[in-house]
Amino acid sequence: MQITVLVLILALLTVSGFQMGRSRAVASVGGRLVELHSVPSYHGFYVALWAGLPALFLFALWTASEGWLIMRMVMSALPDRLVAGDPQTLNLLKADILNIAHGISTGRDVDPAVTAAAAHYNSLRAISDWSLLAIGASLAVAGLAYGRQCISPDLRARNRVERVVNIGLVICSMVAILTTIGIVLSLLFEALRFFSVVSPIDFLLGTHWSPQMAMRADQVGSSGSFGVIPLFTGTLLITAIAMIVAVPVGLMSAIYMSEYANPNVRTWLKPILEILAGIPTVVYGFFAALTMAPFVRSIGHSIGLDVSSESALSAGIVMGVMIIPFVSSLSDDVINAVPQALRDGSYGLGATKSETIRQVVIPAALPGIVAAIMLAVSRAIGETMIVTMASGLTANLTANPLDAVTTVTTQIATLLVGDQEFDSPKTLSAFGLGLVLFVVTLSLNMVALRVVQKYREKYD
Amino acid sequence: MSVQTQIHTKPQAAARTAPAVPNKMVARDVKVFYGAKQALKGINVEIQENKVLALIGPSGCGKSTFLRCLNRMNDTIENCRVEGLIALDGEDIYGKGIDAVQLRARVGMVFQKPNPFPKSIYDNIAYGPRIHGMATGREELDEVVEKSLQRAGLWNEVKDRLREPGTGLSGGQQQRLCIARAIAVSPEVILMDEPCSALDPIATAHIEELIDELRENFTIVIVTHNMQQAARVSQKTAFFHLGDMVECDDTEEIFTNPRDERTQGYITGRYG
Repeated sequence: MQITVLVLILALLTVSGFQMGRSRAVASVGGRLVELHSVPSYHGFYVALWAGLPALFLFALWTASEGWLIMRMVMSALPDRLVAGDPQTLNLLKADILNIAHGISTGRDVDPAVTAAAAHYNSLRAISDWSLLAIGASLAVAGLAYGRQCISPDLRARNRVERVVNIGLVICSMVAILTTIGIVLSLLFEALRFFSVVSPIDFLLGTHWSPQMAMRADQVGSSGSFGVIPLFTGTLLITAIAMIVAVPVGLMSAIYMSEYANPNVRTWLKPILEILAGIPTVVYGFFAALTMAPFVRSIGHSIGLDVSSESALSAGIVMGVMIIPFVSSLSDDVINAVPQALRDGSYGLGATKSETIRQVVIPAALPGIVAAIMLAVSRAIGETMIVTMASGLTANLTANPLDAVTTVTTQIATLLVGDQEFDSPKTLSAFGLGLVLFVVTLSLNMVALRVVQKYREKYD
Repeated sequence: MSVQTQIHTKPQAAARTAPAVPNKMVARDVKVFYGAKQALKGINVEIQENKVLALIGPSGCGKSTFLRCLNRMNDTIENCRVEGLIALDGEDIYGKGIDAVQLRARVGMVFQKPNPFPKSIYDNIAYGPRIHGMATGREELDEVVEKSLQRAGLWNEVKDRLREPGTGLSGGQQQRLCIARAIAVSPEVILMDEPCSALDPIATAHIEELIDELRENFTIVIVTHNMQQAARVSQKTAFFHLGDMVECDDTEEIFTNPRDERTQGYITGRYG
């Protein structure tokens, strides 16, 4: 409640700060706006920022530290017999106090001291909220007053407001970077826990994947071997099949759209092709499992081949269809960006359209095409659903596209589906897989970037 | 009426100025439309063999459009329509039996902005001979490349870096590379669309010298905005104005004694 009030007060103060700053700036030069260093609205923003920012900063700091501080105070007030314990019982105790404070029944008999602590917690919280409201509101008022005080014709309001905006932009771009770092770190720490159980060499070079750990010593069929090679060959096999489908089809359709199709055809063809990219992968999974797989199998049987009902081929083909729009749409854009002067130069030498496309347009567009293909490859490697549905979970070490294979992402998904204990190697192996996959796609992207840069130097 | 007879029934203009030199190309009543807009309103020009014809005139007067008609580059522009007759060695280039692709091998083109392909210097020159199958072996191709670069006056500057990308050359070198590329397919006519407008004066002087040398073996049509250039490099000059060809005569005649008021106004710098 107090927080809502504070937000409302802040909103009100910033809006009025804007108005105040603007009118004061206009008044300070008696309406002759040319004498102001900055446009009046910048003065308005300047005052509004002074009113809003310090209070917001305080608010963020307060909410970040509040819970921890209050809990510390509550714990220190508890009798010693409760506090003396290992960290895990302490955590349990904290959870109990929080639950009671929020009115959630723990379902157990509770020590009266804990109930008292919960009441203590609630009262501290109330004090904290009220003081936040009071301090926040007064800080906003003080900021407003100070900002208003600063307004003068010579105030470089524009430069200062723009510097604040600049900092805001930097913070926004940091969000993506920090998130990436956070993801990598969480992946890394869990993976390290996994590698303390299973040696990285067994993991990276093992050829047998069977992540079932024995719960009892005499359990049958739970060898618990974690060799990723079958998973990576499966991933590579399916990705290769997908690329064999997607690259020629995508590239050819891009060439048709950009060079041969007349503009009318292109305006409806391209959006239709892009619809393919909007179909959820689960739907592609249906298609692969229910239509493509039986089709591939019946074709295989009719020519005397033994095809399993879940084959890498059917999953790969459907995945290839899925990524056609990536290849075609991006390639179409880069081919269109090739300057007409190059085409004219080629036609002017008596080259035909196909010679021009093959020998001038495509080489000039190559960096972009490579980038498009690399994007498609990352997409194919990361794809989970189609493989889960159409190619199964059997970790076969095979290069035969007619066999069932499984991929890294599919295994990660199955390992983490459902209730899991987070200390068994089986669950932790998902993080090991994730880390390896991350390294593979990262290096792939880096190679792609290098290729693109190399050609760009040459061709621009 | 066949194309042959049509040309021979109208020899007056050519006969008056230069009776001895045969016409390489002839344009009769050429009209060009971009959609509904008419860009050329009936052009009649004779292009004489082994001479340089300069097309001058203010921007938007149709010089480039006319030039692009001569090797059917306008075919690549949508809703562009060409009427009238253009003949190369007496044969209608818009006729049924003529393939635009083959025509462009005979009538080459150099563009306003140097547009080397994103390939090595060698491959830029070898591009034309390769697609036309003009050189059978490696050595023959090497020879064509060297000869073309020499004729374009570029050989000494690039002979040690034939494998480097053509886009790494300077603007003037790139333009000479494009001329060498056009020469390599041994065309009969070379069309140049303001070939020096993107170049500095020194590179321009190089190209102008080159044009004068090339005249021995090729027929050249050049569009230029620079009247000194037209006076320096050409033997014949045609003045275009608002889609009309106002007059076409010996260059000396045009610059010293123009018959039309508009020509005089343009070359003395009163407008355009």
